[in-house]
Amino acid sequence: MEQIRIHGRGGQGVVTAAELIAIAAFKSGKYAQAFPNFGVERSGAPIQSYARIADEQIITREQVHNPNILIIQDASLLENSDILKGTDKNTLFIINAPDNYQAPIKLPSKKVFCSPATEIALKIFGKNIVNTVILGSFAKHSGLITLESLKYAVAEKFADKGKTIIKKNIQAIEVAFND
Amino acid sequence: MKAKNKNQHQGQEILEGSRAIALTVNNIGPEVVSAYPITPQTHIVEDLAKFKANGQANFEYVRAESEFAAASIVLGASAAGARVYSATSSQGLLLMAEVLYNISGMRLPIVMTCANRAISSPINIWNDHSDAMAVAGSGWLQFFAENHQEAVYQHLLAYKVAEKMNLPALVNVDGFILTHSYEPVAIPNKSLIKKYLPARKLEAGTFLDTNNPVTMGGFFSPNDYLDTRKDICQDFDTSLAIIKKEYLNLKKIFKFKNNGNGLVEYSGAKKPKIILICMGSLAGTIKETLKKYADVGLLKITTFRPFPAEEIKKAIDHCVNIAVIEKAINPGSGGPLYLETKAAIFGHEKINIQNYIAGLGGHDISEKMIAKIIKEMRGRTTNKIKFVN
Repeated sequence: MEQIRIHGRGGQGVVTAAELIAIAAFKSGKYAQAFPNFGVERSGAPIQSYARIADEQIITREQVHNPNILIIQDASLLENSDILKGTDKNTLFIINAPDNYQAPIKLPSKKVFCSPATEIALKIFGKNIVNTVILGSFAKHSGLITLESLKYAVAEKFADKGKTIIKKNIQAIEVAFND
Repeated sequence: MKAKNKNQHQGQEILEGSRAIALTVNNIGPEVVSAYPITPQTHIVEDLAKFKANGQANFEYVRAESEFAAASIVLGASAAGARVYSATSSQGLLLMAEVLYNISGMRLPIVMTCANRAISSPINIWNDHSDAMAVAGSGWLQFFAENHQEAVYQHLLAYKVAEKMNLPALVNVDGFILTHSYEPVAIPNKSLIKKYLPARKLEAGTFLDTNNPVTMGGFFSPNDYLDTRKDICQDFDTSLAIIKKEYLNLKKIFKFKNNGNGLVEYSGAKKPKIILICMGSLAGTIKETLKKYADVGLLKITTFRPFPAEEIKKAIDHCVNIAVIEKAINPGSGGPLYLETKAAIFGHEKINIQNYIAGLGGHDISEKMIAKIIKEMRGRTTNKIKFVN
């Protein structure tokens, strides 16, 4: 079973990101689960969400304590080492940061990938909305979901938001995936 | 990545728990829905309101100014003969408390979802079972769901038993853990639901009808009042067998299998040295933990009202180490599930039953905690209530 933990801040779409992973994995024929862990309900507060992917039905409801993959939507959260809880030398890190990024704390793993999600988001949306963008990098580096299934998930999840938004999100995901 | 498509083949979609419940309720076809939004119930009623706004629903959605009003609105509609639905959580359920007793006293088959959440103060929006336990004596049937699929089926079962017995039913789903999570689930279609649950049958004298006028909830003198309570209690007893029968029927029509009989579900070791007892989504975490144990079993209580005392006695059989793990506590007494389980098995002299209070106010219950409880149960236990954190 693959366990993914996403860290971000209130308003960054942390919960939606986990849901998109689950929808995409399910679309690829896997079993999947996603759930949020809200802190206080306000914009800017640190928030976590979780996703699990497996070949069998997922029945556990515990929070993700030992993630195989850690997605960090806001690199400023790395100023506090709590965020690394349960990670080890095998954990795959995907961080929203430029290529030359140096983490302020020591990461336990060498499998660290930077995704220029903010840069891509500013270019395409004109806003720092990175939750879908960073999933393009997640799909590329984890191999757990395909680009196609991720696009499907975005189209399904954002169906109410209209075609333009879906199109822009897919474009941003593709840029991150091909980065 | 190797793609397996077996989940899609079972007609499953990946949905948020709230959406799965809203879709099911819409397919059940209530005539009146009224609710007041409260976290974590909100998504269920938002979805229902959306269905109504988009022309995908046939019910009247009546907006309410409070939970007290919402419960009163569905009371009135149900008394007029409609199939109705509401949903709430926590403080909302407590604000409804007075109306809940009126509903059961008037013998109205109202079904409501409770997205279980802790009670203030201190303010806490996360999951535990304090809300449901606070109304355990209100004369409502109570079901507890482990996952999205069970929540879906329990709503069908709830309407079926409620309308058959003229008793209201509360379907409990763990707030956030089930209401805000995504997982694969199959939503039964309208035609199959109709087969299981035809339109509400109205018997003369049980609803407000100008051709056959009745008074509901009128004044009862001491002698008559006691009789109404006795009637309700007898019907709760009768509903134990009805739930079992209708759950079997549900399994046949919707073609699913599990170890449950609608009241309880046992899984794990055939000859257990320890049995853990719980309700709701925690059962999943325990089942996952028990994969590593050959001598431990889980008894999941799916129906809390009526309390399935005989089923528990039977399931426990010769096992003498019982741990009741629950998300509620009566200060000065004990966990409600523990107290009732203990009463159910009274007379079984050698039994050692331990109460663990866990997950209050959304505290995570990890597999490690379950393993620790099992380890403790192998040694000497104290019979004192233990708080797990």
